Amino acid sequence: MRREHRLNALILGLVLAVPLWAWATSEPFTITLATRAVIFAIAGVGLNLALGTGGLVSLGHAAFFGIGGYAMGILASHAQTYTPLFEWPFVLEGTKSMPVIWLLAVAASALAALMIGALSLRTSGVYFIMITLAFGQMFYYFMISWPAYGGEDGLSIYVRNGFPGLNTLDPIQFFALSFAILCAVLYLVTRLRASAFGLALGAARQNEARTRAVGIDPYRVRLLAFTLSGAITGLAGALFADLNRFVSPVMFSWHTSGELIVFIILGGVGRLMGPVLGAALYVALEHHLGGLSDYWQIYFGAILLGVVLFARGGLIGLIVGRETAHD
Amino acid sequence: MSLLRLDHVSAFYGASQALFDVSLAVAPGEVVALMGRNGMGKSTTVKVICRLLRNRGGTVLFDGADMAGVPAHRAARAGIGLVPEGRRCFGNLTVRENLIAAARKGPWDEAAVAALFPRLGERWGQRASSLSGGEQQMLAIGRALMTNPRLLILDEATEGLAPVIRQEIWAAIARLRGETGLAILVIDKSLAELRRVADRAVVLEKGRSVWTGPLDALSPALAETYLGV
Repeated sequence: MRREHRLNALILGLVLAVPLWAWATSEPFTITLATRAVIFAIAGVGLNLALGTGGLVSLGHAAFFGIGGYAMGILASHAQTYTPLFEWPFVLEGTKSMPVIWLLAVAASALAALMIGALSLRTSGVYFIMITLAFGQMFYYFMISWPAYGGEDGLSIYVRNGFPGLNTLDPIQFFALSFAILCAVLYLVTRLRASAFGLALGAARQNEARTRAVGIDPYRVRLLAFTLSGAITGLAGALFADLNRFVSPVMFSWHTSGELIVFIILGGVGRLMGPVLGAALYVALEHHLGGLSDYWQIYFGAILLGVVLFARGGLIGLIVGRETAHD
Repeated sequence: MSLLRLDHVSAFYGASQALFDVSLAVAPGEVVALMGRNGMGKSTTVKVICRLLRNRGGTVLFDGADMAGVPAHRAARAGIGLVPEGRRCFGNLTVRENLIAAARKGPWDEAAVAALFPRLGERWGQRASSLSGGEQQMLAIGRALMTNPRLLILDEATEGLAPVIRQEIWAAIARLRGETGLAILVIDKSLAELRRVADRAVVLEKGRSVWTGPLDALSPALAETYLGV
């Protein structure tokens, strides 16, 4: 078993062990923190498919995180007020069912990613970064100016949506649900990266002309990766909204996009578990350093700087070496 | 009927004209050598054939279809396999991943490539960037074959390699010619080896095709004039 695989198993084990310990010692807040880390990790794994495997530095992934969040918020708010979303051409009611909300969140964010990707992938480099940022900010300002769903104040949800057979109000059960989704997403991404599609995506990142010469259209491969990436991030957004029972335009802001990138850089760009380690560390440092100072991000910035300067493969690269895994 | 046909092709890099009047044809199963000194337009001609560079004048026909406006990936799917100059593999991928990424349905699969280049079969899980130059070249040929082409273009496939590796690659090219019926357009400086495998040659001089014919008919005087040998 390779060192990176052993480390991956250890990281996943720790992410699972901390809330179990908190559950055993009746520390529900720690379970909520762990759930927050797991949800951020899902979003980071989604972005890492585009950024790490495909080399697409998107500064607009908050748009998909926010769309997933608002898909949950809008459906749940209509369900709690017993008003339909619309009545023509057919009646669409709200819902408190997590599977239905996830399905719609994934569909909406995938559609948005497809449209944003179709336009922005015609550019590359700094232009791609700026266009994705612009799309993210467009969504942000749109949500601020949309009073029907709270505008700048956001939207509070007074219920926790339901999942068959689980009490989702119980922190450990909601954590278990989020953790299971993280595992499913990691499995999906592992399979994708090992598939001909994943290899073509990696090949397109290395050399576009060479990729074309073997019959691969880099644009199509990247668009599919960007869409899948957006869909996974959207699913994380729906879970995040359920965790907080609140959605606000902040989910769409470029700060959120930046945080997702930070998770990946901290853990290791292109590493399967990079965003998981990055998100877990970020949430832990946010909690502990945030308790010491309001300006905790200065200290966090110093840590990030150290990782960028001295551990080019992120923390996972620092531990196991620079070589990235493909299997 | 020719599988590949270029008629009076011209091409530019920005405002600089690189090809002025190139005509050549490759029939199915034929091995054609594209020759000329450095800077005469051989690699530019290859780029035009593979649609990595668009021709401004003339026509490029592949299997009777005009390739004008066809993007590079569609040209590859149509059956043009390129082994680019400089052993360009996907360094971060393993040998097997390089092959899988390019794979298309057809007789060429991983087993067939491993049979052609047993060295690659021994290094299946090794990263392409860690292979020797010769092994990378074998991988580049294997990757092009995995696209199951009808025309294989080898651009300076043996340049800079150790003699023993060059012999292996020339032996593989001879096998491809003898056993597969694949049309091959080969660019190389080794006149002796080209004489062994090529049916015909096309010589380029300053972006123009200036001589076409069987290599046996290339006199020492012409070889010195056009090739400097």
